[in-house]
Amino acid sequence: MNIRTISVKLPIYTFIQIRKLLNNCYPQLLATCGFFLLCGLVLLLRRQNPLEFYTTIFVSGFSSFDEFGSVLFNTTPLIFTGLAVAIGYRCGLFNIGCEGQLNVAAFAATLVGMYLDLPSILLVPLCIGIAMIAGAAWGTVPGFLKAKFGAHEVINTIMMNFIAVALTNFLVTSVFQEPNQMIPHTSQIYENARLSRLGSYIPFIPETNLLNDSFIIACVCVILCFIFLKYTRWGYELRFVGNAPDVAAYGGINPGIVIVWVMALSGGIAGLAGVADVMGYRYRFLDSFSSGWGFTGIAVALLGRNHPFGVFAAALLFGLLNKVALDIELLLNVPRGLFLAGQGLLIIGLVCLEKIQKKNK
Amino acid sequence: MTIIDLIPSTIRMTTPLGYVALGGIYSERSGVINIALEGLMLTGAYGYVVGTQTTGSVWMGLFFAIGLGILFALLHAVATITFHAEQIVTGVAVNILAIGVTDYLTPAYERVEGLPEWKLPVIGTYSFLVYLLPIIMIASHILLFKTSWGLRLRAAGESTEALKTLSLSRANWQFFGVIMSGILASIGGCYLASDVHYFSEGMTAGRGYVALAAVIFGNWRPLYGVAACLLFGFASSLELADLWNIPDQVLKIIPHVLTMIVLAGLVGKSRPPAALGKMES
Repeated sequence: MNIRTISVKLPIYTFIQIRKLLNNCYPQLLATCGFFLLCGLVLLLRRQNPLEFYTTIFVSGFSSFDEFGSVLFNTTPLIFTGLAVAIGYRCGLFNIGCEGQLNVAAFAATLVGMYLDLPSILLVPLCIGIAMIAGAAWGTVPGFLKAKFGAHEVINTIMMNFIAVALTNFLVTSVFQEPNQMIPHTSQIYENARLSRLGSYIPFIPETNLLNDSFIIACVCVILCFIFLKYTRWGYELRFVGNAPDVAAYGGINPGIVIVWVMALSGGIAGLAGVADVMGYRYRFLDSFSSGWGFTGIAVALLGRNHPFGVFAAALLFGLLNKVALDIELLLNVPRGLFLAGQGLLIIGLVCLEKIQKKNK
Repeated sequence: MTIIDLIPSTIRMTTPLGYVALGGIYSERSGVINIALEGLMLTGAYGYVVGTQTTGSVWMGLFFAIGLGILFALLHAVATITFHAEQIVTGVAVNILAIGVTDYLTPAYERVEGLPEWKLPVIGTYSFLVYLLPIIMIASHILLFKTSWGLRLRAAGESTEALKTLSLSRANWQFFGVIMSGILASIGGCYLASDVHYFSEGMTAGRGYVALAAVIFGNWRPLYGVAACLLFGFASSLELADLWNIPDQVLKIIPHVLTMIVLAGLVGKSRPPAALGKMES
């Protein structure tokens, strides 16, 4: 193949690829654009300059490695919850229980990190492992109830959220409260249980930046989930049960068992969001530390079309929004509720657009 | 303090739950899952405070709240019924939207008038909504189970095809169900706001989900549903009273644990509407 054919074929090939991407993802792109346009419109209604709004987002999010690091820091928990929801959804399960799962997991990680003083190389994996098991256990209960009794997993995951929050709240305030403190949190975990900040070994990120190893774990998780879903037998079973449970049963797959382990896996991944907070940021369990990550995870999974790479991109968008919300509030005096309201409309618009897309196909 | 002293606070805790649960029953009986109850309740509380503050009349506040509740319920209805969007996702979205909107346009932190109170012998002095609840409960029961309207509404929830064979529109009945849930949930929110005389962000604090639990615990029936609210309301009044030294977290999870047990069919028989959440393809 000579240079000439490449120079002719490459643009055509790229064009086809881009068209394919647009055809598949136009609801997502439209909804995202609509979201930003709507925010600008609201700014206009407030008699403020919408351009100022967009530049503030850009400056606050991308102007330096420090700022961008903070965006990635905000992205990390959303990657985990987004992946958790996406994996459940691929199997036809709605895991709205990420909030509870990550609370329980965070608490488990804190307990291990608080009481075991092992070398870092042992303690970090142990903390993460125990946390994932705790999250998985919390996810398994609704999965089991669905597989065994046919109880709707949505209701049960919601109920489990409240139980998890009440349970950790009880444990923090009555048993593990740090002595002589008013804030409902535990004592700090050992140094060895902490994840290091990326700034400590990457030169161009300042040491004060909160971005830490949990982001690396999140990236690895995205790739693992991709491989798992696409290239393993279990991933195949998961998607099979999600698409056609009856056919799967006929083909020798037990949907009940798949449902239970998928909920466990989903809960375990959601638990990592709690790990990121405890081991990477606060180094202790703070009562109700999660600012709705579990629910944002639903939006992330939806916007990412339940694909691991899509989830990563969508988490980046929502991480950016979470990061800049504070600056928007301080600099432009716009309450952060604007972003929440916009997110709600974005989700509704997106699901409607997706249905329209499906109809046209 | 004895159990008798808990009656007033139980009534105050039960009433908002009761309205929201009745709303949830209308929606779910018509076959639309309504996770949005929490958000609808929040908009009701918000609408009441804003309406009362701007017009100075509690009645306008009530109307404003109901209007806002209908608007948000319509959003859920159009997305799920017209576009066949995933009902759980839209419900979550409406909740997020409600939190966002009420945070963005927070009303002034000023005391607002409560709804008029009626004094009855023996029972005591309560907001008129308290006395209205049993009436609406019985009316709902009659409407749902003794009239042809109710039969059609339930048919919409039991089968995707049944109404079509009568050449009736399933969508219309589902719209009716969801809008009723918007109206009743926002009345529940109104009561909450008028009871404490102000609005604060996220003031419903999961009550919408407790009401959803009551819908399931009450087996999708108005009388049982409100009875479940009474049970849950009693639990939260115990929580306030700090009686018997039970940790309040234990009392808090009672509705949720009970609902999980009932939903699993371990106690009694839970029978959700057969076509709940299903849309004809």
